[in-house]
Amino acid sequence: MKAKHQRLTLALLALGAVVAAGLLAMSALKDQAAFFYSPSDALRDGPAPGKAVRLGGMVAANSVTRAADGVTVRFSVTDGKATTPVTFAGIVPDLFREKSGVVAEGHFNADHSFTATNLLAKHDEKYMPPEVAGAMHETKTLDP
Amino acid sequence: MMAEAGLAALWFAAALAALQLVVAALGLRRRPVPDGADDTRVDIRGAVRPVAIVQGLMVLVAMAMLIGVFLGSDMSVRVVIENSHSAKPWIYKFAGAWGNHEGSMLLWVTILGLAGGAVAIFERRLDQRTLIATLGAQAGIALGFYAFLLFSSNPFDRVSPAPRDGLGLNPLLQDPGLAFHPPTLYIGYVGISVAFSFAVGALITRDVGPAFARAMRPWVLGAWIFLTLGITAGSYWAYYELGWGGWWFWDPVENASLMPWLAATALLHSVTVLATRDGLRAWTVMLAVVAFSMSMIGTFLVRSGILTSVHAFAVDPKRGAFILVLLALYIGGALALFAARVGTVRAGNVFDFVSREGALVANNLLLSVILGVVLIGTLYPIGAGAFGVQLSIGAPFFDKTVGPIALILVAIMAAGPLIRWRRDKADAIVARMTWPIAATFFTGAGLFVFTDTGVLPFLGLSLATGLAVASVAPLWGRNWRRTPMVTYGMVIAHLGIAVSLAGMASDSAFTRETLVAARVGQPVNAGPYVVRLDGITPVVGENWSALEAHLSATRGVHTVTLAPQARYFANPVTATNESAILTTWDGQLYTVLGQPDTDGRWQLRLWWKPFVTLIWFGGALIALGGALSLVGRWRRERRVAARQEGAWA
Repeated sequence: MKAKHQRLTLALLALGAVVAAGLLAMSALKDQAAFFYSPSDALRDGPAPGKAVRLGGMVAANSVTRAADGVTVRFSVTDGKATTPVTFAGIVPDLFREKSGVVAEGHFNADHSFTATNLLAKHDEKYMPPEVAGAMHETKTLDP
Repeated sequence: MMAEAGLAALWFAAALAALQLVVAALGLRRRPVPDGADDTRVDIRGAVRPVAIVQGLMVLVAMAMLIGVFLGSDMSVRVVIENSHSAKPWIYKFAGAWGNHEGSMLLWVTILGLAGGAVAIFERRLDQRTLIATLGAQAGIALGFYAFLLFSSNPFDRVSPAPRDGLGLNPLLQDPGLAFHPPTLYIGYVGISVAFSFAVGALITRDVGPAFARAMRPWVLGAWIFLTLGITAGSYWAYYELGWGGWWFWDPVENASLMPWLAATALLHSVTVLATRDGLRAWTVMLAVVAFSMSMIGTFLVRSGILTSVHAFAVDPKRGAFILVLLALYIGGALALFAARVGTVRAGNVFDFVSREGALVANNLLLSVILGVVLIGTLYPIGAGAFGVQLSIGAPFFDKTVGPIALILVAIMAAGPLIRWRRDKADAIVARMTWPIAATFFTGAGLFVFTDTGVLPFLGLSLATGLAVASVAPLWGRNWRRTPMVTYGMVIAHLGIAVSLAGMASDSAFTRETLVAARVGQPVNAGPYVVRLDGITPVVGENWSALEAHLSATRGVHTVTLAPQARYFANPVTATNESAILTTWDGQLYTVLGQPDTDGRWQLRLWWKPFVTLIWFGGALIALGGALSLVGRWRRERRVAARQEGAWA
């Protein structure tokens, strides 16, 4: 093989690798990207049960209850128009409060309830996930 | 006073960078005199090296002044007010100098300046014209980032009147990790700029060849060692500090450090092909450009405020636009230069595809595919966000894409060192691979019979065993004392990958998590341990107070006590969880204290993570392998130089 041919082959291989990376990423993006839903989004056009998504909004007032096992927490996330019941087993973030913004990572169940595997809450004044900031901003008018 | 001195030093360094760029450009335009004529012109080219060294020293002075301002808690300086507090322990005042946007950017240019200075002092092999072009390119990069600091992120900005005290440092950052992780990571992250400048320099002087590759290799290797250490340290810090029991979150900020590492790893291997076999010329130059471009893209992601993370600090859109312009200028400029000059880079030596070169090409292609996937996965949510679609991409995406490719890469990596340069026979390679392949199947069979793991951890553990055996295979049948240190370096680095992979697979396959609300005195099972909550006591630290759980963990006849804490910081008001971790030879018991409930129970989260420590031990081995290889090459060259001198004498 001549040097020129080999160079061309290598260039084509590199190009092929880039295309392969793009195709692989795009196909995985289709079913692995976790989209962000508000409770009213979920009610209108909810994702398939079991698909990994994020749910964001405010923790509804007087909705937080703890199950008898001491580790399961139930609460409702609201955006003022709709409400989704959420179940979470684990240690809640320190700034998880009622009437405060929250983003839950997890999946919807067939009955439109949400099972969270992780909760993101406002960490402190400076460090806030953008979705939480957005959720808090949108629902600000709720607070009396 | 100190702040003014720092600012002056920073301006001085910027001026020197401009001078360095101009002198280098003028020096490169200098035409050779006709044969026989005396060269009577003033030679300014000799000034480039000293200017680069003084520039590095000046920016180091600026960094030292910022550290001084933090140590002295000078509350008239804005960054100190916003990110420090007089009651903070001194180590966090010291390391807090880079625990904020301005300070971390100053650390960034400090490393850039020092890297340029180091090239000016130590680089003796590179052709003089290429060296001048390289230092010119390094100054060009520095100039843009000095402008960024001076015009949009001045770390020495004063505030009048000065408040009585500062707002404090994010408690998540108040950890010894802050003193180690950012500087180490940055030495690698920004140090790779040297490879970029070398590539630009060699393209300008049309000097891409084996000699250039041999000169560039130690710089790439040095940066790569620190990048590896920095990522490993960052991963362990996140693991114990965040209290989620995970060691890699596929957070965009982590990806920002992984992408330059992937490119630098590919570069490290292709530069070897160029140095040893004079192949992959254009590709190596391209990778050098890509590696530092990834560092700059990462800097943009982390420092622009696009992402919200513990790394991202304050948000200011003006800064993002500034870095974006620099990014377009440098990456675009380098790519344009590459496109213009790639035609003049002569095609290298031809090789058979079944050869060491072929395996290294496969390594490069697969690393590039992983890099591409990580880049898309990191940028896609940002792009979608610009169109109003909110989505996040996390572990499921990366596991599904990066996981399988990485495993193929591991398989090729096992075979690579056992393949001959230039040409080899497939059946001979398979014969040499008998033991590694046997080890892979033996482990796989054992796992299949005795455990119930997912597909990826199963393949990961099996291949890790095969890779471990294959890594040490180059030492078989050799005189160990005569084996060059470079070979040991490769063996240990590859073994490190196997060890780290085994740790990752073991963690994801065998971790046992327990989440309970426990009463005082109640025993809880966590893997091989029985953990009992003995009580909760309040404790007070230098700038925090905490509730501390007393846990006794019993395994067989041995009992150990652990004390995880829930900490409360006053400046700024934050609560953090301090995990308590028990490390044994076969894994870690990881404990976190949660909240109390109304029945007087306390939430405890316990993990038993078998062999999880191998992940970071493997990372350290990889870096050690790199260091051995660096020292080995240095000694070999010194020997060759001594022999040549002897021959001439």
